[in-house]
Amino acid sequence: MTLDPSFVGRCYPLAGTYQVGRAKIREFADAIGDDDPIYLVPDAARACGYSDVLAPPTFAMTLALRAQEELVSDPGLGLDYRRMVHGSQSFIHHRPIKAGDELAATLYVDGIRAMGGNDMLTVRCEITDQAGDPVTTARTVLVIPGSDPEGHG
Amino acid sequence: MSRRCCTDVAEGEELPGLQVRVTRADLVRYAGASGDFNPIHWSDRAAREVGLPDIVAHGMLTMALANRLVTSWAGDPGAVVECAARFTRPVVVPEDADGTLIEFAGKVKKRRDDGTVVIMITARAAGQTVLGQATATVALR
Repeated sequence: MTLDPSFVGRCYPLAGTYQVGRAKIREFADAIGDDDPIYLVPDAARACGYSDVLAPPTFAMTLALRAQEELVSDPGLGLDYRRMVHGSQSFIHHRPIKAGDELAATLYVDGIRAMGGNDMLTVRCEITDQAGDPVTTARTVLVIPGSDPEGHG
Repeated sequence: MSRRCCTDVAEGEELPGLQVRVTRADLVRYAGASGDFNPIHWSDRAAREVGLPDIVAHGMLTMALANRLVTSWAGDPGAVVECAARFTRPVVVPEDADGTLIEFAGKVKKRRDDGTVVIMITARAAGQTVLGQATATVALR
């Protein structure tokens, strides 16, 4: 195993808060080729009962990625960033993310284990709003291939 | 659009399919929008160094496209309360105008008493599945 298992249980709060903007949501929706007006037009979102445009279900990854940066770049962990691949991802949305949200994120290291010659790093990003209420729980499994690299991501 | 009603949904029902062609330009755009600048998604050299045949799509782009199938069917992206996927095979994207076609299909796997339904999604590129255990849980009305 190349990863230091003593990192399990550590947490990394993302500095500051992340302000969700309409333009960023539009940019993300464009990048996934989705022209659903609920992402783009505030009136369309209001017609569905939301106070502003929603972010697509996987938008939370933009924040989860930022929250991972401090951990994956920590030389003590022993992670070779170039070889790391994304093994799996899940999101639990306690409520949708929408424009105007001011979000905080904390990354938790939930697991480090060796499996089939690979190292598996499991992390969880808890995203909360201004009130401290839960918004999204994002779980990521990162795989660091062993001697027989077969990457994807 | 309005949220689909759960009483109109049956287990085993198939969702309208979705086919998306992904090119290198799409990967650049997604990298910028998502902040995922891993070079295996834009540098041939970096991709080959880790044993990949060529540049590959972001797993999260494939997952985002898979969820388009669900949100357009559900009529309300805010109805997606959970989604998950395993990235089982890389989606190789050649440097040409055509890129790679990814084909998505979905089926209602379960309809629960509380009005939530679980959608099972399959994604195929170049004749092979590229996502494993891809699901979305949708809270319908």
